[in-house]
Amino acid sequence: MAGVRILVGTKKGAFVITSDGARRDWKIEGPYFGGWEVIHVQGSPADPDRLYASQWTDWHGQVMQRSDDGGKSWEAVGNEFAYEGTTGTHQWYDGTPHPWEFKRVWHLKPSQDDPDTVFAGVEDAALFCSRDGGHTWTELAGLRTHSTGQDWMPGAGGMCLHTILIDPANSQRMYVAISAAGAFRSDDAGATWHVATKGLSSTSLPEPEAPIGHCVHKLAMHPSRPDTVFMQKHWDICRTDDAGESWTEVSGNVPSDFGFPIVVHAHEPETIYVVPILSDAEHYPPEGKLRVFRSRSGGNEWEALTKGLPQHDCYVNVLRDAMAVDSLESCGIYFGTTGGQVYASADAGDTWEVIAQYLPRVSSVEVQTLP
Amino acid sequence: MTTVRVALSSPLRTLARIDGEVELEVADSPTVTTVLDALESRYPMLRGTIRDYGTDQRRAFIRFFACGRDLSHEPLDTPLPGPVSAGTDPLLVVGAIAGG
Repeated sequence: MAGVRILVGTKKGAFVITSDGARRDWKIEGPYFGGWEVIHVQGSPADPDRLYASQWTDWHGQVMQRSDDGGKSWEAVGNEFAYEGTTGTHQWYDGTPHPWEFKRVWHLKPSQDDPDTVFAGVEDAALFCSRDGGHTWTELAGLRTHSTGQDWMPGAGGMCLHTILIDPANSQRMYVAISAAGAFRSDDAGATWHVATKGLSSTSLPEPEAPIGHCVHKLAMHPSRPDTVFMQKHWDICRTDDAGESWTEVSGNVPSDFGFPIVVHAHEPETIYVVPILSDAEHYPPEGKLRVFRSRSGGNEWEALTKGLPQHDCYVNVLRDAMAVDSLESCGIYFGTTGGQVYASADAGDTWEVIAQYLPRVSSVEVQTLP
Repeated sequence: MTTVRVALSSPLRTLARIDGEVELEVADSPTVTTVLDALESRYPMLRGTIRDYGTDQRRAFIRFFACGRDLSHEPLDTPLPGPVSAGTDPLLVVGAIAGG
């Protein structure tokens, strides 16, 4: 019987939550790497037993872990992320030049068809790739050395490359997003990049429609429509239907268009989900109600999904990598909160249940649909 | 050669899957550098977690103590105190107190 494996990264370790396809009974295993922040855990589409995890602390820096048995056991692999060539500067928060410094790995994107190939988005923003199962990492320096790189600046969480999307039909085409630089597209497997922010507007910038400086929080794509990409920005929910050549705002009737995650239904390319929070300073849901908003029209028209979610006195946040979908017939939606809860919906968001209630602050949630 | 004892912080012991102290064979007149070289050779997963790649400098939140002394700010090629070289006292690799 099919099942799901949820990979949860938290402030103090990783957890693996499993269920069969009914998604009624859940088993929590962990913590793995207890005491370490686990920023992201991701499985290989080519081999579901191959997992990668980004583990980090201020004290000891970056550690990368790999599992070959679906998370039962782990092996520390390579953790040297050396920028290629001479590193220049980017902008600091106050606009002064600041040297590029590696801090940590925010996001992992395993290849669609090779379990040993995995991309890593890092802070300070750059894209790395391992082709030997995580033992060694090489920078795809065309991104960091883009002509606009000196103008990139960090968002509140740091200057992180937090999203990597790969066109499933054309692995030469990739998208990345960086806070607070913007979105970029490559058509040559990451060798060269161009800015993909036309149509975005950010009032926090001196020039709201400038090509660089947009604080993109997350991108999402349905595999059947790789030219359509959805974006949750610092403010605004947007979409592009021409592979990032132009963006249109589709915030519509959400109570706040500030938020972090955005995901697409596994079987309905125009059904998308966001979790609005009040503002850039108030990282909690409007009115103390934890609501997922679903649009079945690719944006603009949104409905609140509340059944099973706390509707009073709730002041948690859902971070950018902490929401995911499974691909079972009735699409499952999952998200984790900064309060340590993991919620699951087995009916595309109509109803929710809490499947883990007392974890550390959740950094990331990914889901594997198992045969 | 001499045997040096090293006591690692809890997160490093967890990472390296070590219980208790580590005993390392190093050349006579050991220094922090030669001890860390031997430590990382035996436990490669510790590379980059105590000192930075490239510069080999101590990470900002790591301290080195031995024999009641703070060695964190001494040159890394300074000979370690006699009791550490003799294996009677450990070199402590400690995480800075930066939590709440």
